[in-house]
Amino acid sequence: MSTQASTAQPSYLVDTGTRKGLMAWLTTTDHKRIGLLYLYAMLTFFFVAVGIGFVMRLVQLTTFQHLITARTYNALFTVHGVIMIFLFVVPGIPAVFGNFFLPILIGAKDVSFPRLNLLSWYVFMAGAIFAVLSLFTGGGAPDTGWTFYAPFSLKTGTNVSLAVFAAFVLGFSSMLTGINFITTIHRLRAPGMKWFRMPLMCWALYSTAWIQLLATPIVAITLVLVILERFFGIGIFDPAKGGDPLLYQHLFWIYSHPAVYIMILPAMGVITEIIPTFAKRPIFGYKAIAFSSMSIAGVGSLVWAHHMFTSGLSSLSVMLFSLLTMIVAVPSAIKVFNWVSTLYKGSIDFQPPLLFALTFIFLFCIGGLTGVMQGALAINVHIHDTYFIVGHFHYVMFGGTGMALFAGLLYWFPKMWGRMYSRKAIYASWFPMFIGFNMLYFGMMILGMMGMPRRYYVHLPQFHFMHVVATVGSWFLVLGLLMFFGTLIYAMFKGEKAEDNPWGGVTLEWTIPSPPPQENFEEIPTITQGPYHFVQQEGKS
Amino acid sequence: MDWMNQAALSAQKSDAVFFYVFGLSVVFLVFITTLMIYFVVRYSKKRHPKAEQIEGHVGLEILWTTIPLVMFLSIFYYGWTNYEYMRLAPRDAMAVKVTARQWSWSFEYPNGKQSKVLFAPIGRPMKMEVRSVDMVHGFFVPAFRLKIDAVPSRTNTTWFQATKVGSFDIECTVICGVDHSLMLSKVIVVPEDEFKAWYFGGEDAPEPGKALRAAEAHPDLGSLPPGLAVLTAKGCLTCHSVDGKPKVGPTLHALYGREQEVLVAGNTRTVTVDDAFLRRTITNPADQVVRGYPPAMPRIPLTDQELDDVVRYIKTLN
Repeated sequence: MSTQASTAQPSYLVDTGTRKGLMAWLTTTDHKRIGLLYLYAMLTFFFVAVGIGFVMRLVQLTTFQHLITARTYNALFTVHGVIMIFLFVVPGIPAVFGNFFLPILIGAKDVSFPRLNLLSWYVFMAGAIFAVLSLFTGGGAPDTGWTFYAPFSLKTGTNVSLAVFAAFVLGFSSMLTGINFITTIHRLRAPGMKWFRMPLMCWALYSTAWIQLLATPIVAITLVLVILERFFGIGIFDPAKGGDPLLYQHLFWIYSHPAVYIMILPAMGVITEIIPTFAKRPIFGYKAIAFSSMSIAGVGSLVWAHHMFTSGLSSLSVMLFSLLTMIVAVPSAIKVFNWVSTLYKGSIDFQPPLLFALTFIFLFCIGGLTGVMQGALAINVHIHDTYFIVGHFHYVMFGGTGMALFAGLLYWFPKMWGRMYSRKAIYASWFPMFIGFNMLYFGMMILGMMGMPRRYYVHLPQFHFMHVVATVGSWFLVLGLLMFFGTLIYAMFKGEKAEDNPWGGVTLEWTIPSPPPQENFEEIPTITQGPYHFVQQEGKS
Repeated sequence: MDWMNQAALSAQKSDAVFFYVFGLSVVFLVFITTLMIYFVVRYSKKRHPKAEQIEGHVGLEILWTTIPLVMFLSIFYYGWTNYEYMRLAPRDAMAVKVTARQWSWSFEYPNGKQSKVLFAPIGRPMKMEVRSVDMVHGFFVPAFRLKIDAVPSRTNTTWFQATKVGSFDIECTVICGVDHSLMLSKVIVVPEDEFKAWYFGGEDAPEPGKALRAAEAHPDLGSLPPGLAVLTAKGCLTCHSVDGKPKVGPTLHALYGREQEVLVAGNTRTVTVDDAFLRRTITNPADQVVRGYPPAMPRIPLTDQELDDVVRYIKTLN
């Protein structure tokens, strides 16, 4: 493993064109650089939203409020949600790892439409700028929650119009990326890379891309209708004009529930790449995992109204949506069983990426199982719109997608930057993160069972103790995050040089130098077998 | 524990499903986690240097597709049937019109009586016809495990039959504006004859549950200084402390004689807290709001004697 794969091409991190430095990055069409542009932008947004969450927890340390006003608090949770969802979790893994690794994993030099790819990033940044502007212009930051429920979103004096427009613009970035990935997977697979020889990350990205392409236009239109309603009073959602507030909820969730799968499917893809590499054996049940991704994408499009069980839907639709919700839980369970079985009779090399991948499985199981609780109608009536939901979706979004993103960063870090981080420092960051995470979000779920509604500026005295527990948890969590990213940022500049294949992986990205050359491969490889063949490796190491 | 208090039939129905799913979930989570840790230890590189190249097993795939499917379907069925029970009110239920508005609840009974808290006789089905006059709100009684949204232009219904006497929180669960978190009320469950005495009584029939609410706040009012007894009985102490601890509203400790910034019609003024200020702010809370606090205090009618007692008591807190 000591031999660096010889290559004539310079690394993608070296500027070779006429433009240098920042300008070279801002005009790049290299999928790897674009992936990093997304990463840097999104981590910035992530930390802003973490800061907002931190302040919200401080506010809940007391049963009275002095720090900030109710209006500010309502703006904080709205902005926290909008940033986390639209600027971090939804674009997250596809935009970063999808861009960086999809072409490499299928043996291509770039995505199908490199310029469109750069445009997608600019559209994303434009959306982000509108989102930031909405905080400081018009009537101030929106205070409706990230769901923008009508008629409140139509009547509030805050700057909902611009925030909604920002989400609309961001939707285009998501759709364009989806089109790009679908085309890339169909057209640019290396010779011999049959569908069932693709690494499972590609299947996850493929399923995701279809949801992005098919579901995003619905929310885009819905958000345009909100803007039209605010400016021209067209009366689609406003009951005073004969509109229907439930129509808004339907249209919103027809996108926003599948969006949950846009967030989680790529995360599952990352985990599916990591586990075989450290178990040194093929993934258990390749086809089962590939098909479960597609069926999550399919069935997941038919469950949106489980966000509306208490809104007064008919008995029949409530029953059907509950049933479909239960069915969509099955493919996720299949994946969990397959991941765990992949450890069976492996030869496990325990490394930081595996620790975070297993943490993902644990936290995602809690998130999934509490999701099943909400799918059960009799329970949903109690816990809907309480802190239970808030705790649950943080388990799925942060414990799931967030942890997978962290695991992916640890896994691909040596490849992306050609340097290695301190493993001890990463292990040290895991403890406060894990303990703080569970105190914070499990605490929230207990609060929800007790009857604490979400989006409350002040809380009743009986909820106080658990609020304090959750807030203390948030301090540990933030400490862990700072240690984690501190370690990585240090390693980015000062880390020791990484080998081409530090983990002994067998997918294509580990056959090229670290960091990868500009066109990825000297020569496009020809694929003769499935993605997780470890046998031929044994002689080498 | 107080918060798992089941105070209605619906709470029993909801909790039964919850404990079923919770039990299954714990088993599943413990199983997966144990297996994961066991494999990592048992098949570590040291103990197991050569990995077996297993690609999968169709029988196992079928097994772990079928078992979760059956499990989830049973959860669906149990959840659905109990939900149907919680949703469909019996025919003899008393129908109460619940009106939600920014940011309060009001209740109207079949004979036209109205109230700001919901009175309910124990052991009788009560049907809630929930409406909203402005935004979407959520009508939520945690002790009953009951929730239904108040959607403008619609009437959504639910029902309950209380199984315990007591006072239980009503909370709004859908973000509806600045004071969403203050959109609270109570369900006061009383014995049936007490409810009837109020329901069939005239205009000035005393509201039921007074004794209950006062007793809950403090079991023995007689032994308290008269002013504190009034503050306790009227629920003032929910938001105002007497020991300096800040709550929803400012503390009454060392209040008298203090220089205080207040908002009067949107303008900030500094006033000295004296008898006149206290009397005015208690009788008309909205006139002057202490800076930094929500304008949340309701007007609570006091007799002159009660007002005197309260003011005298506040002076003693310095």
